[in-house]
Amino acid sequence: MTATSAPTVRRHHWIVRLTHWATVIVLAGMIASGLQIYEAYARFGNRGGPYFVSLFDGAQFPHWSRLGGWLAGALNWHFALAWPLVAFGLLYLGYLVRSGEWRALLFRPRDVRGAIEMTKYYLHLRREHPPQGKHNPLQKLAYTGVIGLGALAVLTGFAVYKPTQLAWLTTLFGGFQAARYWHFWIVWIFVGFTIMHVILVFAVDPASLRAMLTGSYRGRFPSHD
Amino acid sequence: MTERQTPRRQDAKTQGIDRRAFVTLGLGSGAAALLAACGWDGGTLVRPGLWSISRVNDWVGEKLLYSPTRLARTYPPSERSAALPSYFISRTVPMLGDPAAWRLRVDGLVAQPLELSLDDLMRMPRVSYTVKHHCVEGWSAIASWHGVPVSAIVEQVRPTKAARYISFVSFDADYANGWDMASALHPQTILAYGMNDNPLPAAHGAPLRLYSPTKLGYKLTKYLVSMTFMDQRPGGYWEDQGYPWFGGI
Repeated sequence: MTATSAPTVRRHHWIVRLTHWATVIVLAGMIASGLQIYEAYARFGNRGGPYFVSLFDGAQFPHWSRLGGWLAGALNWHFALAWPLVAFGLLYLGYLVRSGEWRALLFRPRDVRGAIEMTKYYLHLRREHPPQGKHNPLQKLAYTGVIGLGALAVLTGFAVYKPTQLAWLTTLFGGFQAARYWHFWIVWIFVGFTIMHVILVFAVDPASLRAMLTGSYRGRFPSHD
Repeated sequence: MTERQTPRRQDAKTQGIDRRAFVTLGLGSGAAALLAACGWDGGTLVRPGLWSISRVNDWVGEKLLYSPTRLARTYPPSERSAALPSYFISRTVPMLGDPAAWRLRVDGLVAQPLELSLDDLMRMPRVSYTVKHHCVEGWSAIASWHGVPVSAIVEQVRPTKAARYISFVSFDADYANGWDMASALHPQTILAYGMNDNPLPAAHGAPLRLYSPTKLGYKLTKYLVSMTFMDQRPGGYWEDQGYPWFGGI
């Protein structure tokens, strides 16, 4: 089926589209202010060591990538943007639950088989694209993972924000410096996800970009599930 | 499938245009504002908004996330960090000309203002602990502190009902901090005259500094000269420049 003969389907509810693009902006602001905050102590571990192994020890990120101008400015951006980040995240999750759309998104054990088939297809070990619903099993895995990552970003953030009042949470992540470490690494997983996500949109299913903007989808994978 | 979709598409259409325009405009201006703000603290346009949200976060930290009884984790002295950085805003280490003449002035909205010498303070109840110090910059270090709980001072001076804050003032240029009463009364909030089993070193605020594992380092006023009970929220050296006022952890 070519794109021109494909039926048009309503794909993304306005809540999904709003929270998707809002998260792009808010997360960019969170990362940029986070990189400015990082500069104040660009390593992980108590003073005097031992330090966690990190590629970015002592690194200063380029000026264009930082937001806030100085530590206080960056903290104020970071703690202000944290509100819409959590609010949009909860709105999105609430929508998934209420609409039942979580079923099309959540990676479950029964998706393992399909994920293997998809991997074979991408590795050219299988000729035809396996049949799929709204998302293929690898997409489900990626989207489930990135939602979990968002939750981890918030939780590690709280662990760093209130290590005394929320000591149980900080301890859960291995202590204050470990929580900082994970909070920082989550950034790079987000960045990696985003790069792959954008590449795949343009390489595999460009119609999905329009769907995320207007809600209407007219492309290769029109089915709902 | 097509039958099911046609009506859905219809009702989406009537509201979709406005929503789309609204969302596009909102996101566009948000992105523009963010881009314009890159590299700075929000400028005159955004900064007041960010500071207002910071006050909301202070409120959340003080009223929702702060427990007056929860104690910070303590460590054995053997876990002390090799180093604890120190800083002061004066050009050189602030030192008293005549240490014997030093007094801590306790005044403001209190029934019994006091002037306390170091000996007076040392005769009062003593608390010592080994805790982790958290700096707003992101570093941490473990050290031991000993001194008199602020609550013991409060008991002696008997603040009036109107007193809700304490302003801690130093002789390190104009360094000062404002505290909420609940944090000041925390059992681990002390006026420390000792560190790592020794008298408080000059670099760390001798003769007396505020210490508490419930606050970030910049809230812990060193080189104390006075504590004043107030009904208005006192500012502080870093707080007035944009750092969070509550600074609780």
